[in-house]
Amino acid sequence: MDAVNIAELSGNIAVVGYGLAAIGPGIGVGLVVSKTIESIARQPELAGRLQVTMWLGIAFTEALALIGLATPFIFG
Amino acid sequence: MSLFTAEDGEFHPPSIYEFYPEIVLFEGTPFAINRIMMIRLIVLGVLLVLFWLWTRKFQQSVKTGQLVPGRFQLLGEMALNFVRKSIAHDQLGEKDGDRFLPLLTTIFFMVLGMNITGIIPFANIAGTSVIGIPLVLALAAYVTFIYAGVRRHGVKFFKNSLFPSGVPVYFYTLVTPIEFLSTFILRPVTLALRLLMNMIAGHLLLVLCFSATHFFFFQAEGIFQLFGAGTLLFGFAFTLFEILVAVLQAYVFTLLTTVYIQLALADEH
Repeated sequence: MDAVNIAELSGNIAVVGYGLAAIGPGIGVGLVVSKTIESIARQPELAGRLQVTMWLGIAFTEALALIGLATPFIFG
Repeated sequence: MSLFTAEDGEFHPPSIYEFYPEIVLFEGTPFAINRIMMIRLIVLGVLLVLFWLWTRKFQQSVKTGQLVPGRFQLLGEMALNFVRKSIAHDQLGEKDGDRFLPLLTTIFFMVLGMNITGIIPFANIAGTSVIGIPLVLALAAYVTFIYAGVRRHGVKFFKNSLFPSGVPVYFYTLVTPIEFLSTFILRPVTLALRLLMNMIAGHLLLVLCFSATHFFFFQAEGIFQLFGAGTLLFGFAFTLFEILVAVLQAYVFTLLTTVYIQLALADEH
C-alpha cells in the first residue's frame, strides 16, 4: 500500500503569488482611505475635493493588484 | 453555457473560458460575432437611442421655451452635467473642460453602459470584460493627452515630462527611464487593465457564487444544501457590489483621463 501524504497540496502556485501581490495594494488602499477620513474629519468643508483625490489614489494603488491578476495570463 | 455545473455531480468552478463564448454569427469570417460582441452592439444601439432622445427633447424645449424637464430628461441632464461639472470643469477649468468634453462624455457613458450589462439579467457579462473596448478607450485617452500636451507646449511637452525640473542633472539617468515608463507605457496599460480586470474578477465572482448555489441546491446532499442559501445571499450582495463597481470604474476611467490631460496641459513650475 502506498504511503498517503496527508499534507499534499495540489493546484497552481500562481494563486499564492496573487495572494502575495494583493497584500501591498490592500494595505495601500487602507492607508489612502484612512487618511482621507482623517482629513475630512478635520476639514469637513473640503470633503468633495478630498474624495476626488481619494478615488485617484485608490485607482493608482489598486492598479498593482490588478497587474498581479493579469500576470498569470501573460507569463503562465 | 455548459461550462458551469454540468450534470455529473461534480462542481466545476468558472474559468477564463467564460470569456470565450461560442460564435453565433458569421463564423469563419473576420466579423465573427459571439455573445459578448452582440451585447456590445446592443449597448451601442441603446446608447445611441438614449442620446438621440435626450438631445432631441433638449432642442425641442429650447425651441418651444418649455424649459422644465420631465423625469427622463432630468436623468439625462443630471448624468451629462455630472461629467461636465464635477469631472471636466473641476479638473480642467471651463475652457479646456469644454474642449475635451466630447471625449470624456463618450468614455464615461460607453464604459458605464458596457459595464452595467454585467448585472443585467440574460446579458450577465460585461461588454468590457474582453480586452477590446478597454484597449480602444485607453488608446483614445493616450492619444488625447499626448495631443493636448504637444498642442500646448510643442516638443517641450516631452522634455517636461521626461526631464522634470528641479532634479540634479546626474539623477536624470535614474529619473528619465522611470518617468518614461510611468507616463508613456504604464498609463495606457493600467487604464485598460484596471477596467478589464475589475470586470473579469466581478464576473468570475458572480458566476462562482451562483454556480455554487446551483450545485449546493441540486447536487449536494443533506446538510450541504444549507450552504446554498449562504452562497445565494453572497451572490445577491456581489450583484449590488457590481453595480457600484460598474459606476465607479466609469468614473475612475473618466477622471484619470481628465487628470492625464490636465497634467499634460499644466505649465512647468
